[in-house]
Amino acid sequence: MLSFRGGVHPHDHKEITKDKKITELSPPDTLYIPMQMHIGAPCVPKVEVGERVLMGQIIGDSDAYVSVPVHASVSGTVKEIKKILLPNGSMSDAVVIENDFKDEPFDEHGKNKDYTKFSRQEIIKMVREAGVVGMGGAGFPTHVKLSPPEGKVIDTVIVNGAECEPYLTSDYRVMLENPEEVIYGLKVLLYAFGIKNGYIGIEDNKKEAIKKMQEKTKNEEGIRVVALKTKYPQGSEKQLIWSITKREVPRGGLPADVGVICVNIDTCCAIAKKFLYNRPLIRRIVTVSGSGIKEPQNFSVRIGTPFSYVIEAAGGMAGDVKKVIMGGPMMGIAQYDLNVPVVKGTSAILLFTEKELKQPNTDVCFRCGRCSYVCPINLMPYYIADAYRIGDIERCEKLGALDCIECGCCSFTCPGNAKPLSRVREAKRTILENRRQKA
Amino acid sequence: MENKLQVSTSPHIWGGISVAKVMQYVILALMPAAIMSVYYFGFRSLLVMLVAVGSSVLFEYLWCKLTKRENTIGDYSAAVTGLILAMNLPPTIPYYMVVVGSFVAIVVAKEFFGGLGHNFINPALAGRAFLMASWLSEMTKWAQPRTRLPLFGKVDTISQVTPLAQLKAGEAVDISYLEMFFGNVGGCIGETCAAALLIGGLFLIYKRIITPIIPFTYIATVGLMSYIFSPSGFFKGDPWANILSGGLFLAAFFMATDYVTSPSTFKGQFIMGIFMGVITVIIRVYGGYPEGASYAVMLMNILTPLVEKATMPRIYGTKKQAGGKAQ
Ligand code: SF4
Ligand code: SF4
Repeated sequence: MLSFRGGVHPHDHKEITKDKKITELSPPDTLYIPMQMHIGAPCVPKVEVGERVLMGQIIGDSDAYVSVPVHASVSGTVKEIKKILLPNGSMSDAVVIENDFKDEPFDEHGKNKDYTKFSRQEIIKMVREAGVVGMGGAGFPTHVKLSPPEGKVIDTVIVNGAECEPYLTSDYRVMLENPEEVIYGLKVLLYAFGIKNGYIGIEDNKKEAIKKMQEKTKNEEGIRVVALKTKYPQGSEKQLIWSITKREVPRGGLPADVGVICVNIDTCCAIAKKFLYNRPLIRRIVTVSGSGIKEPQNFSVRIGTPFSYVIEAAGGMAGDVKKVIMGGPMMGIAQYDLNVPVVKGTSAILLFTEKELKQPNTDVCFRCGRCSYVCPINLMPYYIADAYRIGDIERCEKLGALDCIECGCCSFTCPGNAKPLSRVREAKRTILENRRQKA
Repeated sequence: MENKLQVSTSPHIWGGISVAKVMQYVILALMPAAIMSVYYFGFRSLLVMLVAVGSSVLFEYLWCKLTKRENTIGDYSAAVTGLILAMNLPPTIPYYMVVVGSFVAIVVAKEFFGGLGHNFINPALAGRAFLMASWLSEMTKWAQPRTRLPLFGKVDTISQVTPLAQLKAGEAVDISYLEMFFGNVGGCIGETCAAALLIGGLFLIYKRIITPIIPFTYIATVGLMSYIFSPSGFFKGDPWANILSGGLFLAAFFMATDYVTSPSTFKGQFIMGIFMGVITVIIRVYGGYPEGASYAVMLMNILTPLVEKATMPRIYGTKKQAGGKAQ
């Protein structure tokens, strides 16, 4: 079985939502569409207050290369443009749209089912136009991945169907319900690079998805569906690339340095939708789960829908909810204001009660070494933590603090609950801060 | 209403095994050896263990009270220290010495350095070393196994010559390997029955509490070294008698594997195992004491930080020739 070194085996809790079909969540009265849902330059609003906008219309864009446009996810009127809080804790301009519930599309013509009539440059442009980003969380613009720097030859495209975070079932459902779109998106990418070497990597706890995708790719030349060992963080780019190709992304480098690009399941679908229906990225699949929600669901949600609305639509909170998380429990971000909108990277909204959050109330490191056994990057987290505690930042850097991918395996597994990742994170921040000051 | 939401950073779930659980497993793993000691030495041995555990926990409790820190006896680490200390004591030892040993282990070796995780020497071994230095004769009186020792009052020790002493003198060991394996020899409370220690050690490995690297490289090295070097000349040693005696299994599975004071890198564990084996045999053959295991462990405890630093794993992405095209 394909796998990597290190990692942990949290209970996956996918049973809660794995058999829940994706349902279209009808959009709310008011949507808040942030101008920054990606890594790179934020967009500038291209619409005025009072203006009528159509579903799929570009309402924000930027001239910067590393940036993607933002689209209206419903038709309606621009009510205001204001700064709002985003799920990642930052503030961003947002276009507030009053929904007219007509869903009048911006551009119905120009479906381009036959992608082979486009040049590589045109495809890259279309992917950018559609606002496609990595949907796993951070939101790196996909068109940038499609244009690797001079001299880097891409020979492999990997679709990340690992979905190794517990609770999450959005990718799983997409693979079952929309396998054609996933494959179509991958084919566009392979075509764009002029190669025939595509992988769809899926953890082997999702047997049905593996079966489905295998069936659907039977006659696709150069596309292989591979089963991966169920182990967190199998879906982390570096680990996924290692598991499938046994190539090691160099320190500070990109997958392109070893000839690979990785895309998410939902990213593939977004690309497919652009070509098949000329529809930009205005929806995303969100798993709503945890013991704190009445009716766990897999929703297809319009970008800009407030969390609170999604939670209500899933029956509302159940019990004493202690934590609301955007994303998975290992790497997701805890929320304190539920008015934040669903963004392109919102793979899940998890509502946790005491039940999921139980932890030992100790904070002690007895140097058992477990954190280093599970670290997929081969760091010694408790050494970095020690060095940070005594203020030896230089040593933290030597020990590889900056290589940490923040997967959380170390803290998850620490017997003394000493939270080594928190220290490593602080060390990272200090190192970068120092560098900035020197520069 | 949202103010009550917690916003701590990821990961949001914890799924490890707690310190207390780890320690409970160690206690469980020592139970076969503890039971065997009661079988061989009677209830006096049980009482020594109870006194050691009780006083260790008490000292930890008092220390926490005194320094106004949160009470840490709940992590069971003091209980483990007490139990391992008792395992290293002869069943005939006066009880007050046990209490002194616990004091040195918990207060001096552990808490003075900042508590669990900060000590650089195995506390139980430090306690034992102190007792050896202070009351050598009491610490090296061995009782004949299968004799009922009185619980209180003066104990008549029918000093038995231990296999190790015989080995040291270059004599042949006069009991069978099988008897040594099952512990029908004089010795400390926990160290005689190799079979019971092996069961406990394998249990810890199976439960992934410890890795097998240290115990097995250590034991193998002792076997090899004691065959090569012996008081009667080169390549004339008795490896089996050396492996089965003198608490080697106790040291290998339960003391050398102590997290705090042993390397956590795999390579480091190999080095630790081999070095301890070499040192143990050197002490046994050329040193002043017949027994070398616990000093070997302590010596390596001190070297652990160095060994760890020298054996850090290679960080992902730092391969010399990056970007090699596999497949
Ligand atoms: S930080 Fe936790 S997991 Fe790492 S060595 Fe310390 S106690 Fe063990
Ligand atoms: S140190 Fe970083 S990369 Fe290693 S386990 Fe912890 S979070 Fe993951």
